[in-house]
Amino acid sequence: MPKPPAKNDYDDKFGSAEEQQTVENLTKSEYKWGFTTDIETDMAPKGLNENIVRFISAKKEEPEWLLQWRLKAFRHWQKMVEPKWPNVKYPPIDFQNAYYYAAPKPQKQLESLDEVDPKLRETFDKLGISIMEQKRLSNVAVDAVMDSVSVATTFQGELKKHGIIFGAFSEAVKNHPELVRKYLGSVVPYTDNFYAALNSAVFSDGSFCYIPKGVRCPMELSTYFRINAANTGQFERTLIVADEGANVSYLEGCTAPMRDENQLHAAVVEIYVHKEAQVKYSTVQNWYPGDENGVGGVYNFVTKRAITHENAKVSWTQVETGSAITWKYPSVILKGDNSIGEFYSVALTNNYQQADTGTKMMHLGKNTRSTIISKGISAGKSQNSYRGLVRVGKNAENARNFSQCDSLLIGDQCGAHTFPYLEIKNPTAQVEHEATTSKIGDDQIFYLLQRGISEEDAINMIVNGYCKEVFRELPMEFAVEAQKLLAVSLEGSVG
Amino acid sequence: MKNDSPKDRAVCDAFIRDFQNLEAQLNGQSSTPFHEKRVRAITTFAELGFPNMRQEKWKYTSIAPLLKEKFQLASAHKITEKALQPFLINGLEENRVVFVNGYFDKALSKYDMPPGVLIAGLDEAYHSHAALIDEHLGKYLQIDEQPFAALNTAFARDGILIHIPQNTVIEKPLHLLFISDVDERPFHSHPRNLIILEQGSQLSLVESHHTLSPDVYFNNFVTEIIVGPNAKLDHIKIQDESKAAYHFAATQAKVARDAVFNSTGIDLGGAILRNDINIEFTGENAEAQLLGFYYATGTQLMDNHTFIDHAVPHCNSNELFKGFLDDKSHGVFNGAVLVRPDAQKTNAFQQNQAILISKNATIDAKPELEIFADDVLCSHGATIGELQDDHLFYLRSRGIGEEMAKAMLHIAFANDIFERIKIDAVREKLEAEIIARFGG
Amino acid sequence: MISIKNLHTSVEETEILKGIDLEVKPGEVHAIMGPNGSGKSTLANVLAGREEYEVTAGSVEFNGRNLLEMPAEERAREGLFLAFQYPVEIPGVSNANFLKAALNAIRQHRGEEAFDAMDFLTMVKERLQLVEMDQKFLQRAVNVGFSGGEKKRNEIFQMAVLEPQLGILDETDSGLDIDALKIVANGVNKLRNPQRSFIIVTHYQRLLDYIVPDFVHVLADGRIIKSGGKELALYLEKNGYDDLLNGNGKAAV
Repeated sequence: MPKPPAKNDYDDKFGSAEEQQTVENLTKSEYKWGFTTDIETDMAPKGLNENIVRFISAKKEEPEWLLQWRLKAFRHWQKMVEPKWPNVKYPPIDFQNAYYYAAPKPQKQLESLDEVDPKLRETFDKLGISIMEQKRLSNVAVDAVMDSVSVATTFQGELKKHGIIFGAFSEAVKNHPELVRKYLGSVVPYTDNFYAALNSAVFSDGSFCYIPKGVRCPMELSTYFRINAANTGQFERTLIVADEGANVSYLEGCTAPMRDENQLHAAVVEIYVHKEAQVKYSTVQNWYPGDENGVGGVYNFVTKRAITHENAKVSWTQVETGSAITWKYPSVILKGDNSIGEFYSVALTNNYQQADTGTKMMHLGKNTRSTIISKGISAGKSQNSYRGLVRVGKNAENARNFSQCDSLLIGDQCGAHTFPYLEIKNPTAQVEHEATTSKIGDDQIFYLLQRGISEEDAINMIVNGYCKEVFRELPMEFAVEAQKLLAVSLEGSVG
Repeated sequence: MKNDSPKDRAVCDAFIRDFQNLEAQLNGQSSTPFHEKRVRAITTFAELGFPNMRQEKWKYTSIAPLLKEKFQLASAHKITEKALQPFLINGLEENRVVFVNGYFDKALSKYDMPPGVLIAGLDEAYHSHAALIDEHLGKYLQIDEQPFAALNTAFARDGILIHIPQNTVIEKPLHLLFISDVDERPFHSHPRNLIILEQGSQLSLVESHHTLSPDVYFNNFVTEIIVGPNAKLDHIKIQDESKAAYHFAATQAKVARDAVFNSTGIDLGGAILRNDINIEFTGENAEAQLLGFYYATGTQLMDNHTFIDHAVPHCNSNELFKGFLDDKSHGVFNGAVLVRPDAQKTNAFQQNQAILISKNATIDAKPELEIFADDVLCSHGATIGELQDDHLFYLRSRGIGEEMAKAMLHIAFANDIFERIKIDAVREKLEAEIIARFGG
Repeated sequence: MISIKNLHTSVEETEILKGIDLEVKPGEVHAIMGPNGSGKSTLANVLAGREEYEVTAGSVEFNGRNLLEMPAEERAREGLFLAFQYPVEIPGVSNANFLKAALNAIRQHRGEEAFDAMDFLTMVKERLQLVEMDQKFLQRAVNVGFSGGEKKRNEIFQMAVLEPQLGILDETDSGLDIDALKIVANGVNKLRNPQRSFIIVTHYQRLLDYIVPDFVHVLADGRIIKSGGKELALYLEKNGYDDLLNGNGKAAV
């Protein structure tokens, strides 16, 4: 059974204490994905205690070992304190004033995809995600998760032929308990941090994916997350295991309705990469960011981590445009010799959004390599922080890291911040960090205007050019979506 | 008190008892504004306690070894003129101010200054220039979150006081020597320096720290610097304390409109070294250059924290820190640059380079940029590694032995800092020192 | 085409153009020469709509419309093209994408259909030959890593694609070697036609050996102090600006 590395190899302390400030709650917004779906929801009572944890576990008809794991996580969580070091401000979260389980009814086992509630199907159609197999050509298998419950997974038959397991986490618990039990918590133990512990106690569903030895997944796998119910926290958990020599590209997208109150999203993604395997994980995160006055929006407190064995590779690509607050550091524990970690990120904040995001590259094995390309864009009154850790352990001979963190400022009321942490314990390491902060140049805008291009298009063009190094890492469909998202997110930020 | 360890508490209490003893000695001064500052500071210190690694500013720096020692407050001490000789700098022998164990040594000091220039020991000067000292001392450095600065303020008694009047240019560099010499028990000493350059004045300072014995002692400095409008201060600090000593130094500089502040720090000594250098621009078109070089061996811990506050538009800052870490030494660099809203047209550059010479050395680096204005040009870079193989190979392929080639490259690395030192005698002395250490 | 009357402009309170009068008819090529600091580049930039320059008096009509009221992109869409003295670099934005966006914005303005990718590609490939540029240019980011000569050729190439009514060349010849200069001039000459006009701002007469102007104007201290035919340029080359500024030119030409 894989054991998580010793605690001190990846303890989760980052920066400074932060002040808190109340965000006023008003309403109004132009969030395009801000519709709600009128579906009867099956909800747990409000609040959080051991009984809620038991309720969730019972609802999911979970085995005893999983219930016990949840309870251990819950007890541990009770002893923990909320992290205060990120460079973000928000009023205290009342963890007792939220629902920890909300599932669209009915919960019966679906025989085929045609049985999916038509309203639900409509929701996903509006989001541009076809959970019907009609879009076979798009060659993307989708697991759709709504309010923490996986509602449909496409292409399961096709995947099965290759021995690939892909679908709802809860189903995997029932059908492949040995795999889930083996890997759950092996990369992100429940003790890891406050929100990971909370997630471990109350996670309701998510996606599970297993690629067997030597299999190259024939299509992109995708999970689409949506928060629908009000006052609901979303705590999904994704677990990806790439066995020896396996190869998979995984996409994750998210949206949420417009709501005046803040919604909490505390997800965990664990990726276990055996030797010679490769996993590419791409995210386009577009949770509701709140309105232009900073009211509402999702608090996106996410723990994502991968562990790589010999000659394995993990690549995180993220485009973050949504959420009122983002707190997220997709990380790689480079355990095996010659393994590779990559992080490509575009984080855009506008209005009153706050993002504190980056990565952690923990070099433990010899000849491990990591690359970090981070592009921050701040507009409006937003605050955008890059926070990244590069740690080279004592035995990580010939480790290499290159980090490039650029910030682009649009307007004079936003902030861009860079907090890299470099902790090097081996003399053969070569670690390079570069960061620049600049604004969109008047000269560049005028040049484009003179060629007949409108100011808004000019800015989009410059911003997309600035992000190109990251976009080219995204699968094609996602790259297009990401560009559009940036344009929508920047609307009204200039002028 | 923020620190909850009872053991640390006991150490704090020992310092507080020493403060009470000091207070008893200061019978004549107990009602002065200066002393009121001391009393407030000891209260602050008692509340803060010593820092620990759970605090962001001390994340990588453990002061546990310091807390294990037993110190007594330093008292005035005499050394011979002969003992001073090795530390003198060619050409600056007649322009020196000497402190021994933190106390101004008038007999060993020699200098000749134009009328109106004030250079004196703080303690003595408080009799004649109390108003000036009361006006400035403690006004610039905030002790609320800095326990060592609070401790310094509580024990502040002597140190250098420099006041250069308007439009006065001091041609010749002034050499400040801080000599430590342990008699019996390890001492703690808290020199307090105040350097004020009025509008249009100019001064070049070389501050050097030495020891006569390889003993344990604890020097805890605070230096407050005011560079007035259009004034220029060059400040070189060479720290070569005992390898068993603790050297803590906080510098707070305010740089006014059109002024220039150049700071160069060379660190060679100390068991634990901690520099906190804060620069605040208070007027437009000001400029600061912040250079640092450190060379740590054995189990030395060398920690440089810098903070440059671009509070106003059109200022330039340029920061370069370079270091070697050998044996089991540990380097920490935390360089923060803050560009406040409205500080448009700021140019801020920061570079931090470290070379790990040994397998057992460690470096923790944290360059930070916090930018709240949009029309700025800011960048920072950090590189960590060993010497580049291709450079080494190139030299070897020309017939230079590996050891020699390494020494040459190390010296070249350090020269980036040294060649910016404008006082020839200082630069030459440092180069010789480094060459000797590398055996090149 | 364009009619400039008594144009005065300032930058940060300093007056640079002190009353410019210039009439350019369709098909004409006007060269504007003058010493450094005379206001040549200012004139080019003011016409293109650069906001740092404040127009304090005068008027500019472009095809009967008030040019000064239009924002920069509208001037471009109306057919005014500025070849920049210092073309800027735009990292990550490919020449192809950039030009397609510009061309389609202009076509839309004229009420024409947008080009699709294929039509666009066919057209630009043909225009590339005009300035002897390789197709690889299309995929490179706008001006990033271009040599000085490549940047200037890129300006002329863009002009060839966007087909303006009035091309303003702002010291396009500066810093070019003779081969590059010939390529640039040749490109411009091929674009000359009875409907298209050019204003060529230059410091050196050399360019005018290759692009023969109909008129030459000498700008000094914000005013046109002398106008004439192409022979005026030759006179300047021989005698320098000082001679003219000292008042000798009047008799000579």
